[in-house]
Parts: sequence; C-alpha cells; structure tokens
Amino acid sequence: MKTMAIVRVVAPLTLLLVLIASWEAYVRVFEVSQMIMPRPSQIWDALNAGFRNGVFMKHLAVTGQAVLFGFVGGVIIGILLGAPIALSRTFELLFYPYILGLQAMPKVALAPLMMIWVGFGIESKIIITMIVAVFPVLVNVIVGLRAVETDRIALIRSLKGGVFAEFWWVRLPSAAPYIFAGMKTSIVLSLLAAIAAEFVGAEAGLGYLMTQLMFKLDTPGVFAILIILSCIGITLYMIADWAQRKVVFWDATTADRWKSK
Amino acid sequence: MSTSILTSLRDTGLADMSVNPERNLNAKPILMTTPDKSAASTKPFIDISGLSVEYRTLNNERVQAIKRVDLTVPEGEFCVIVGPSGCGKSTLLKVLAGLVAVSGGVTTIAGESVSAPRKDIGFVFQNATLLPWLSILDNVMLPLKVQQRPDRSNWKKRALDLLEIVGLHDFSHRYPSELSGGMQQRVGMARALAHDPSLLLMDEPFGALDALTRETMNSELQQIWMMQPKTVLFVTHSISEAVFLADRVVVMSARPGRIEAIIPIDLPRPRDIETIDSTRFADYSREVRRYLHKKEAKA
Repeated sequence: MKTMAIVRVVAPLTLLLVLIASWEAYVRVFEVSQMIMPRPSQIWDALNAGFRNGVFMKHLAVTGQAVLFGFVGGVIIGILLGAPIALSRTFELLFYPYILGLQAMPKVALAPLMMIWVGFGIESKIIITMIVAVFPVLVNVIVGLRAVETDRIALIRSLKGGVFAEFWWVRLPSAAPYIFAGMKTSIVLSLLAAIAAEFVGAEAGLGYLMTQLMFKLDTPGVFAILIILSCIGITLYMIADWAQRKVVFWDATTADRWKSK
Repeated sequence: MSTSILTSLRDTGLADMSVNPERNLNAKPILMTTPDKSAASTKPFIDISGLSVEYRTLNNERVQAIKRVDLTVPEGEFCVIVGPSGCGKSTLLKVLAGLVAVSGGVTTIAGESVSAPRKDIGFVFQNATLLPWLSILDNVMLPLKVQQRPDRSNWKKRALDLLEIVGLHDFSHRYPSELSGGMQQRVGMARALAHDPSLLLMDEPFGALDALTRETMNSELQQIWMMQPKTVLFVTHSISEAVFLADRVVVMSARPGRIEAIIPIDLPRPRDIETIDSTRFADYSREVRRYLHKKEAKA
C-alpha cells in the first residue's frame, strides 16, 4: 500500500523531469529562438527575476483580489438568486428561461462593455468574474434544493415545521453537495474570467502583465506567468475540494471519490 | 380537556419511561393510570368517518386510494393496520399526520378536525429517514428543534434518555451512515418520541429489516409502548407482526382501500417468543389471513 502511494507521486514527477530535460535538449540542439520557444532554464530565470523584483507579486495581488471578490460575490448571488427560483413557482416562471439563455452566452464577451461602463480598473474585472462565477453555483443551487428526498420533507411537515424549517433542516443540507460542485467549477472559471478581462483592458494584473510581455516578445516571461496561473488554479481547486470534504462529509459521492484516489 | 391530558403526559415526561415491572405485568397498562385519561377514553381519540382519498396519476386518471373508511381508536390503543400493498394503509397514516388532502369524510384527533399537521404526532417512516448530516443525538432532538420546544437545556438529556431506552446511548455522537438498518430504525423511534407525542404513526417501520431483527424490534417496541403508553397506529403487511403487536388488527383490502374486518387480539402482555408459538396466536393469525385472502379471491 505504502509503496503504491510513493509510486503515485514519483511516477508523474519523473515523467515531468524527462519532458523538461528533452525540451531543454531539443531547444539547445536545434538552436530554436528564445522568442519562439524559450528553454525551461530561461523560464525559470524569468520566474526568479519576476518574483525578486516584486513585479509578479504586485500583479498577482491585483488578479488575486479580482478572483476572490468576484468568486465570493458570485457564490453569494448564486445562492440568493437560486433559492427563490428553486422554491417558488412564480420566480421559476419569470427567471428560469433567462438563466438558461444567459448560461449559454459567452459571458467573457461582456468584458468590453464593462470596460466602457466601469473603466479599466479592478472593478470591471470583479464584475466579469462575478458574472462568470454566478452560473455554475446558481444552476447547482436550483437542482440541489429540489433534489430532496420526499420523506425528509414529509418528516419536517409531520412535525408541523414550516417552510423555513424545511429549508434549514433539509433543503439546504441536501443542496450542499451540489452547491460545492458548482463552487468548484466556479473557482476555476473565476480565474479564467479575471485573466480574460485583464487581456481586454487593464491597468494591472497578471493578464495585463502577460499582454505587456507579449508586446515586448518576452516569451520566457509569458511562460513564467502561465506557470503562476496554473499554480493558482490548482491551489484554489484544492482549497474548494478540501472545504467540500469538510463541510459535506456525509455525502457518499464525495467520500467515495476521495477514497478511490 | 384534551390539552390537560397532553400537559399531564408531558409533565410526567420521562419519569414514566423507567422500567416499572409491576406496570408491565398489567395485561392492559393503557387502561388507565391517571383519572383524567379514563375520562377522555369515553370519546375515541381518533375518529375517522366516511374518509375517502383520491389522487391523480400522471395520466390524470383518478384513483381512489381510500373509499369511505370508518375507524375509531381509543386513547392508548395499539392499533395495527394490515393489508396488501395499494390498500391505502400508508395513505391513512398520512391523512392522520395531515400530510394528504382528503376528498371526503371527517377525521378528528382528540376532538380536533385534522386538516394540517399537528405538533403532538410522532411519525416513524419505513426507511428510518434520518438526516445524514446530523449526529444521532441531533437527529433525535430534531422534533424539539423544529417545534422550538421550551426548556432548551433539557433537550439533550431527553434525547439521551430516549437513546438509552432504544439501547443506542453510546452511539449518540455517531452519524446515521455508521449504523445498521435496525439501529437506524431504533433512532427513528427515539426521534418520534422526542417531543412526547400523544399519537405515534408507524408506516411499516420494520419492513426493510431482516426477519430476526424484525422480531427483536417488535418486542422492543412493545416494551417501549408498555413503558410509555401512547396511541399507536402501526401499518404492516406482516400478519405475525400485526398479531404480535396489536390490541386490535384492522384488515384492509385494496382498490379501493376499505376496511375488511377488525379483529381484537386478546393476548396477555408482554408477549414474547412463547406467545408466537401458542395456539391462540396461530388462531388469530389464521383469522387475519382468512380476511386478507377473502378479498383476493373475490378480485
């Protein structure tokens, strides 16, 4: 068992090292231009330099804030909007068709409009991120609040519990696994949205920095930011996954999936 | 009148639930320990007259689940309803719980017409229907929390006492998924008693359990009921379970659901394995079975 666990870590890492080594060798042997394809060692240097002179941290802080505020806002709006749609027929009739329609829309395409409305500062990035983060949560809240075992509702009703008791004791906990699944999708999309919005127009942020380096043909720098973004994405997902296992510990699908890993 | 009974039951609370061997020896402990209770028993606790329930299928066809059923149950009786599936016996319980709309007839509990759920009913479901996100203790306390009962500081003690009675005191901090089916249903019973209801509705509570566990649960239920006598309406399709538990067995037939026969079971309590092997038990079982099959032959 234990050796298996070690193999699971060591094997992919070995593959990574092999890939990096052959990349490095290929670029050196065939003398590929740094502008086209930098060597891994050059990317590493760019990464080091960027962190040492503080440029990366400055822009990372901006993007980080956009992702964080956008995501949290999206989750809150998703729950506040999803609950009435899930529980009230009137709300459903009024809003659900539009939600389905808006879900199909590429929301990042709203970015230029937001630049016009609220400017190139971080506010427009937060708004874009929020719009993108809302939908996975919203849809899962609606599905989750409805996917309730009828006997559990009957239990609360048999005790003369009202709508609020139903919601608090049964519907919300039943929906929690769905809400977390939505949040995991949202957190990854939030990062995507923030970066894409920064591409469109910004004063700071990793997406902004990336376009600046692109214009300077600083390919190692672009690669360096790509690595940073991947690390942020993985970290955010792992935090969400950890939170899910802590909060919805009773959910068999969550638990099983984790065990099989 | 009826409210004073409820409060007196509530006041005595769990002091009543300690095992009292003398009381267990009474063949009919339900008749009656306090004077105001016997006064109430002159009027039936549950009075169902002309009850009909209809529902619509997905094809919008009307189906008569229950047709003109009359039934009265005195306070403190253990009444078992037995019948084939589709005879509306579960629907009858849901009507009493105020969960199903009726299409005709009058149903009263303690003199009050039933149109909505009541606070003094405990419902035991076929699948224990515990909430997996709550610990066993919190599951048992659920009725107290939902109903915002007074005396919040006593909730935990009351729940633990009930878990003691069903033999699961040591499991109070576990979660439902860690318990076997029989244990879960014990918790379900403890929960149904948490708010000290005057009426216990049990919808095939042991139907999903294996035969051996089921027999154990039956005698445990009998013990609990003898300790704290409540009016019980128990639905099953097991004849032996019905005869073992009941003061009276109500035999229902299907499509439309109606009452075929009511058979008083005059066997001394506490009933045990010996009772099941007795000839009188066999006689009662035969009688119940005869009524169940009579209708089938007709159909």
